[in-house]
Amino acid sequence: MNFSSHSTMNPMAWGNLREDAYPEPFGAYSHNQGVKPRADAFTDGVQRTQQPIVTGTSVLAIKYKDGIMMAADNLASYGSLARFKDIQRLHAVGDYTVIGAGGDMSDFQYLQQILDDLMVEEFAAEDGHPLGPAEIYEYLSQIMYGRRSKINPLWNSLLVGGFKDGKRFLGYVDLLGTTYTASTLATGYGAYIAQPLLRKAVEGREDTLTEEEAREIIKESMKVLYYRDARSLNKFQIATITEKGAVISESMSSETIWAFAEGIRGYGAQTS
Amino acid sequence: MTSIGTGYDLSSSTYSPDGRIFQVEYANKAVENSGTAIGLRVKDGIVLAVEKLVHSKLLVPGANRRIQTVDRHIGVATAGLLADGRHFANRARDEASGYRDTYQSPPPLKALADRMGLYVQAYTLYSSVRPFGISGIIGGIDKTGPALYVVEPSGVYYGYHGAAVGKGRQLAKTELEKLKLAELSTREAIFEAARIIHLVHDDAKDKEFELELSWVGEETGGLHLPVPKDLFDEADKKARAELMVVDD
Amino acid sequence: MSPSAQAPIRHDFNPYTENGGTILAIAGADFAVIAGDTRQSEGYNIQTRYAPKVFRLTDKAVLAVNGFAADGNMFVKKVKQRLEWYRHAHAKDMPLHAIARLIQTMLYAKRFFPYYVYNILGGIEEDGTGAVYSFDPVGSYEREACRAAGAAQSLVQPFLDNQIYFKNQQAAPGSPHPAHLPLNQVLALVTDSFTSATERHIEVGDGLEIYIVLAKGRNSNELESLKGVAEVTTASEAIATGERLFVLRRELKKD
Repeated sequence: MNFSSHSTMNPMAWGNLREDAYPEPFGAYSHNQGVKPRADAFTDGVQRTQQPIVTGTSVLAIKYKDGIMMAADNLASYGSLARFKDIQRLHAVGDYTVIGAGGDMSDFQYLQQILDDLMVEEFAAEDGHPLGPAEIYEYLSQIMYGRRSKINPLWNSLLVGGFKDGKRFLGYVDLLGTTYTASTLATGYGAYIAQPLLRKAVEGREDTLTEEEAREIIKESMKVLYYRDARSLNKFQIATITEKGAVISESMSSETIWAFAEGIRGYGAQTS
Repeated sequence: MTSIGTGYDLSSSTYSPDGRIFQVEYANKAVENSGTAIGLRVKDGIVLAVEKLVHSKLLVPGANRRIQTVDRHIGVATAGLLADGRHFANRARDEASGYRDTYQSPPPLKALADRMGLYVQAYTLYSSVRPFGISGIIGGIDKTGPALYVVEPSGVYYGYHGAAVGKGRQLAKTELEKLKLAELSTREAIFEAARIIHLVHDDAKDKEFELELSWVGEETGGLHLPVPKDLFDEADKKARAELMVVDD
Repeated sequence: MSPSAQAPIRHDFNPYTENGGTILAIAGADFAVIAGDTRQSEGYNIQTRYAPKVFRLTDKAVLAVNGFAADGNMFVKKVKQRLEWYRHAHAKDMPLHAIARLIQTMLYAKRFFPYYVYNILGGIEEDGTGAVYSFDPVGSYEREACRAAGAAQSLVQPFLDNQIYFKNQQAAPGSPHPAHLPLNQVLALVTDSFTSATERHIEVGDGLEIYIVLAKGRNSNELESLKGVAEVTTASEAIATGERLFVLRRELKKD
């Protein structure tokens, strides 16, 4: 601040309410009419309110004996159009963490960029304290809550899963800045369809559940989601994070049976 | 060719009658009087090495590092004023980060060197600032392969196969010229770099020094990393041993 | 009638949501009890069965927050930060009545974009008495003997009015209502409040976390015998001579 132009040092500004509300930064008070009012959240009205455009659907994650397993399909929808069918919605952040995103995909790409820049900064710092899942989670929560508090949210539901120093981590954060942790998590339709299946299989058994069992329940849930979520795709990836680090699998599909449809009267061209 | 520029050397914005900017030349002096820094560009990567003069036994080993990581695949070693070197590395980090954000790709060395040259040169235009008292050796691997650049206080920069700045640069350059750099591996280059640094260190004039070594290559997966302890110790030991042989 | 010819539809992002749950605090003569269930929900979804809503601020002050969880968690963070600054500036912990006033000013500062949180602050006052302060989202507050807030407030508060303030109850002649209830009775009331709320309110359940603050010099014998109790007093000297803080966890029905 230019102290000599502050109202205490500028007799022209004493008692002047305008100067108090919008201090003239360069002391050029009386002839500077074009002083823009300081911007606040309401300066532009509410034009920044959004809707998500290209979106991803559910993300699932569970804790198991050796770490965390997370899954998400490869679809980015444009409303009802299955627009991009080869998108990876799971993203590794450093060696210890994976985040999965549902919601607006452009906002997710922006978050990926922020996190990648953060990880390069950390790498360059060489301070011997790499960021783990808990730190990434806290960082993301602050970003998400901060954006919602400016009424300009990043329209995502994110799962953060990781393994560091012998401890598993699994958390959720969304466009409102709402956070919670549990041993099974699911976003979007997954919360309605998959979560009950995941809870039944995992709750109470987090420390004994094997990798094969974990993979089974994840695959089963992804299959049910494909059957029931109209904005899903039968092509998904599973990420596993253990003491060995984060590994995101190649894409896979579920075996599904649609033949039952033919048994329904009135199906297709049938009349009986 | 040392000359004083009485009257024409008070600010960067003054030319001397024979067309020199003395402030920039004096900045180079700061580089010349500092501990040596060298860079080697070899077959599969680059190696940076620094003769870090230690002015007090009270300093913790590893303090005041002169080699910094700028991006995943790039390292910078500076000779000259240490604080200026820090600032240079910080700016390089910002430039690299900005490049990533704009082009969704890690910055090529040429682009980074160009940006740093521009940045450093800006400080030679005004009387209100002083030129950077450092030369920065920027090394890394990009899509075109390994690359090594040196940015000088004037803002001028060149690409090199082997580079040396600082006190022992003459001797270091002579040694570097003897090597077939394009045929060495980064692992071999580490041994050569350690040897050269030990060689140029003048025990009579300066007291203790610490060797700093870093590499980017196939063995590091393209990342700029400090040379791991076991390899470092091996190279250091071999370099000291070779010195003994020479002295006899 | 096709929708394409209508006026443009405006989408408005709602920055708030409700995460359910219930909190409760009761002040005794030389103790205070602050409790909250651990369920966090959104609509008909249970987000998690364990999300704490009651937090230790100091060894003498405990804050329970309920409403919109993101605001609640952020608000607790900010209060804790202010208490830390106070500690650095004044070389002592902030007294309870001062924390209460601080909470008011922090809430009112966002009068035009409020923290959607109902706060209940409980603990031991400077004079050694148990105290409960309750707040609305924009900072209106008062000191009370007991308060329930959250989803099941309408179920629990009337129960407390009857059992603690003895409303609509006539004392037997010769034995007037006690001014303060003993700790074991208060804990029973808390437990019963939550089990009942769990029965009849879908957003309440899963688990119960009870913080108990004891005044200086008050013995903790009745607490030591309780199952699953843990002391969380931090100041090591305090364990012998100062206020003490305990936590008790209990299961609640998960349906």
